[in-house]
Amino acid sequence: MKNGKEAFTLPGVLADIPTHYCPGCQHGVAQRLVAECLDELALSEKAICIGSIGCSVFIYNYLLVDSVEAPHGRAPAVATGVKRARPEAAVFTYQGDGDLASIGMAETMHCANRGERVTIIFVNNTVYGMTGGQMAPTTMVGQRTTTCPGGRCADNEGQPIKMTEIIASLGGSAYAARVAVDSVKHVRAAKKAVRKAFEAPLNNLGLGFVEILATCPTNWKMTPVQANERIAAELIPYFPLGTFKDVTELETIEGPEVAE
Amino acid sequence: MERPIAFREDRCKGCALCMTVCPKEIITMSSRFNTSGYKVVEVRDEVMETCTSCAACALICPDYAISVWRKPARDKKGEVADVHYG
Repeated sequence: MKNGKEAFTLPGVLADIPTHYCPGCQHGVAQRLVAECLDELALSEKAICIGSIGCSVFIYNYLLVDSVEAPHGRAPAVATGVKRARPEAAVFTYQGDGDLASIGMAETMHCANRGERVTIIFVNNTVYGMTGGQMAPTTMVGQRTTTCPGGRCADNEGQPIKMTEIIASLGGSAYAARVAVDSVKHVRAAKKAVRKAFEAPLNNLGLGFVEILATCPTNWKMTPVQANERIAAELIPYFPLGTFKDVTELETIEGPEVAE
Repeated sequence: MERPIAFREDRCKGCALCMTVCPKEIITMSSRFNTSGYKVVEVRDEVMETCTSCAACALICPDYAISVWRKPARDKKGEVADVHYG
């Protein structure tokens, strides 16, 4: 329509190219939220993105910022080095759950514990997406994957790891929140959380961490709409949404507050 | 006719998430396929006028395939008050 303002504009830092993600994959929404926050905070010239391994690997193709690609799980370690070498840069990592919560657990924990002034964007889709749907530390109990075809068994494999709660309990983190992008309301709340996660290290408060619950329709063996419904039906009851730590708001340090 | 919503059919992957969030439920699956082989969504001309430009579909779309424009403001005579070209 020629006359009338655009009701929705894509951020300029987001590359206008087709994504490689499967239909309905919410990585697209997650990376758009990151791009919108980079645009709003005018960080496109001073941001350095640390890519990870997984479906999130091609983040350097989609965000028009300087990027470094880290080995599997090592993005927080690489981010530490980049931030210490270039303290004026806004350094952030974009990682999936297989990358961050499994092989990169040590790097993530120590990066948060040291309170590095970086932002970690953690896209949790409860499965190893790119490698073909293997069980991840965040896979739900009973969820069938290629490496647990009978469903994850809590006795053998334990309960899914709640990363946001762990990061919030560490001294170095300044902001830790879990959000979802399954509904318009949650997308808007997610945008605010991502922005706060970027602002915390910029204000020299500590590490900013945001966990985004996302779908993987291909490896969940569901249609995109079914997968989106599963977020509210199964994931959110176990992975409660909310801000678990925010040093700028003293009252929320006492306990989790639902950010809706 | 005013078209407040437009789909980039080459980007659409037919995931149908926009159909679930549309408050007016005017987004439907078409019978067309795009060059990538995905069925694409559409808003039929006869229901196009009911679009409220809420942009919920554009917010949920993982592939940035949807553009939404606000309807231009009109004065009492029905003339378009402010015109933005874009």
